[in-house]
Amino acid sequence: MSELTRERGLRLLREMLRIRRFEERCAELYQAEKIRGFLHLYIGEEAIAAGVMPELGPDDAVVATYREHGHALARGVAMNAVMAEMYGKWEGASRGRGGSMHIFDAATRFYGGNAIVGGGLPLAVGLALADALQQRPRVTACFFGDGAVAEGEFHESLNLAALWKLPVLFLCENNLYAMGTALERAQSQVDLVAKAASYALPAARVDGMDVVDVGDATRSAVAAIRRGEGPRFVELATYRFRAHSMFDAELYRTKAEVATWRARDPIALLRQRLDLGEAATAALDAEVVGEVDAAVAFAEAGSWEPVERLTTDVYARRPP
Amino acid sequence: MKTTYRECVRQALREALLRDPRVFLMGEDVGRYGGCYACSKGLLDELGPERVRDTPLSESAFVGAGIGAALGGMRPIVEIMTCNFSLLALDQILNNAATLRHMSGGQFEVPVVIRMATGAGRQLAAQHSHSLEGWYAHIPGLRVVAPGTLEDARGMLPTALADPDPVLIFENALLYNLAGELSEGAGAVDIDHACVRRPGRDVSLVTYGGSLPKTLAAAELLAAEGISAEVLDLRVLRPLDGAAILATVDKTKRLVVVDEGWRSVSLAAEIVARVAEEGFFSLDAPPVRVCSEEVPIPYPKHLEDAALPQVPKIVRAARQVLHG
Repeated sequence: MSELTRERGLRLLREMLRIRRFEERCAELYQAEKIRGFLHLYIGEEAIAAGVMPELGPDDAVVATYREHGHALARGVAMNAVMAEMYGKWEGASRGRGGSMHIFDAATRFYGGNAIVGGGLPLAVGLALADALQQRPRVTACFFGDGAVAEGEFHESLNLAALWKLPVLFLCENNLYAMGTALERAQSQVDLVAKAASYALPAARVDGMDVVDVGDATRSAVAAIRRGEGPRFVELATYRFRAHSMFDAELYRTKAEVATWRARDPIALLRQRLDLGEAATAALDAEVVGEVDAAVAFAEAGSWEPVERLTTDVYARRPP
Repeated sequence: MKTTYRECVRQALREALLRDPRVFLMGEDVGRYGGCYACSKGLLDELGPERVRDTPLSESAFVGAGIGAALGGMRPIVEIMTCNFSLLALDQILNNAATLRHMSGGQFEVPVVIRMATGAGRQLAAQHSHSLEGWYAHIPGLRVVAPGTLEDARGMLPTALADPDPVLIFENALLYNLAGELSEGAGAVDIDHACVRRPGRDVSLVTYGGSLPKTLAAAELLAAEGISAEVLDLRVLRPLDGAAILATVDKTKRLVVVDEGWRSVSLAAEIVARVAEEGFFSLDAPPVRVCSEEVPIPYPKHLEDAALPQVPKIVRAARQVLHG
C-alpha cells in the first residue's frame, strides 16, 4: 500500500460517496418512475472510476460503458447534467436523448456511455490514433467489463493499439459476470491479464476495491503511455453489489458470495483506513447528499426538448 | 483527358491526402499492395505509412478506429475491401457513426468517409458479390453515395471529406475499368442531387452505380425502337433526392427502377413507394422494378448473369410500362 495523505484520501472518499449516493437516489427514482429504460448501477465498483479519473488530465479522453454514471461523475461531468440526463430532460448531459446508458460530454472529453458491449474499444483506439497522428501527448482511457473480453472487438482493438503503439489505457472492470453469465461459464481462459498480454502489451491486475491501489496503478500506466511506450491493460477486480439492471432477479449468484464481496466495500475500506471520526463522516455525507438533492431538484425543474426538434442533430446539414 | 474510374478514385485519394494533413487512408492492403482494386497504388511511396495505413483483417476495429479518429479531429478515409466484409463492422457504422451526433445531443460529430466496393458480375460467388448499399441507405445519420461516372468517382470524395457527417461511398467493382473522357479541371461535385444522364420523354429509368452503364445502354436500344427514355442517376442513396425522382416521373408518367440490390424491401421499393405516395397521379402505368433475383449470387456465369439486372431486362421493363 502506498502512502496516503489525508487530503487525497478525503478526495477519493468524497468521489466514491458522490457516486454511491447519486445511484442510491437513482434506484429510488426508478421505483418512482422518474427514471425509465435501463438503469445499470455501479454500486460496489466506485473505487475504479474514483481512482482512475484523478490520474487523467483535462485533455485526455474517456470512453466508458453503459454502467457509466460513476465514470461521468468522477470525470467531472456536472451531477446536475447527469441527473437531468437520467430523467431524459433537455438540460441533460446529452440533451436527454441518451438517458442512463449514453452520457456524453464534450467539455470533459467524455465519449459515452456506449451500450454495445465492446463497441467502445475501437473508438478509443481511433481517438488515440488521432492523438498520435497529431503528436498530442494525450491518453485515452477506455473502460469495459469482463463481458467485452469475449467480444471480437476486444481482441481486434488490443491488437491494433499494440501494433501501432497507440496511447490507450484499457481498463477492464472484471465484476465476474457478463450480466448473469459467470466468467468461467463464458471464457475458456479466465486469466484476463494473460489474454491481454498475448497481444504484446504490458498487462496487470489490480484490486479494484482499493481506490488507492487503483489510483497508483493508473498513475504509473498513464505515465508510461505518455512517455510513448504504447498501450497498457489493467484488470480491476471488482464486484457489482446490486443487480445487473432493475430487471434482474439475481438467480445466477449466491447471497453468500455477494456478502463476501460486500465485506470489502471500497467505501468502508477507505473509511476505516482514514479513521475520520463520526463528525467528519457525517459532515461529508451531508455535503454529498446535499449535492444529490440539488441535482434532483435541477432535473425536476428541467424541461422536455420540444418535439419539433426530434430530427435535429441527425445530420449537420439538412437535406436541400 | 482519357482516364478510368479507378484512376479517378486514385487521383481523388491522392489529392485529398496532399491537400489536408488531417486526411489519412486506412484499410486492408491499401498500402504496400496498392489496394485490392489498385485504387491506392503508389500512394504509400509518396505519402508514407502514417498517411496510408495497412490494417490487420479487423474490420470492426479499423472502421471503429476511423470513427474514433474522426471524433478526435482527423478526416479518415477508411477502405473496406468489399461491402460483404463491411458486415463485420456494421456495429461500428450503425451504432456509433450514425448515432453519435444525435445521441450526444449534437456535441460530437463523425466526419469519417468509408469507401467500399459493391456489386456482382465477376463470378466471385455469393460472399463477394452482394449489393448492400440499400441496407446502409436505411440508416438515419449516414450519407450514402454511389458514383456511377468518372466525374463522380473523381469528385464525390472531396465533398464527402468536407461533410461533417459520416459518408459511405459505394464503388461498383465493375466500374473500376470504365474508361472515358474527364475534363482537366474536374473536381469536387455535390453529394445532394440526382442527375439526369440522358433526357427523354416516354419513360423514366431511375438507377445508380453499376447499373448506370447498363441503363444507358438500354436507353440507346430503346431509342432505336422510337422510345425516348430518360435516365436518372440517383448518385446519392441517402438522403434520396425525392424531388428529382418526382420531377422525372411527372415528365414521362412512367417509371422503371433499376437496382442491383434484391427486390424485396429494397431501395427500389422505397423509390416506388415514394412515387406512389407523392406522385401517384403523375403515373400512367404501374411502375416496374428491375432488381437482382432473390438468390445468393451464384458462381457460374450463366446463373450470375441471370440473377442480375441486364440490358435486355431493362428494355423489356420499359416496353412493359409503355405498352402493358
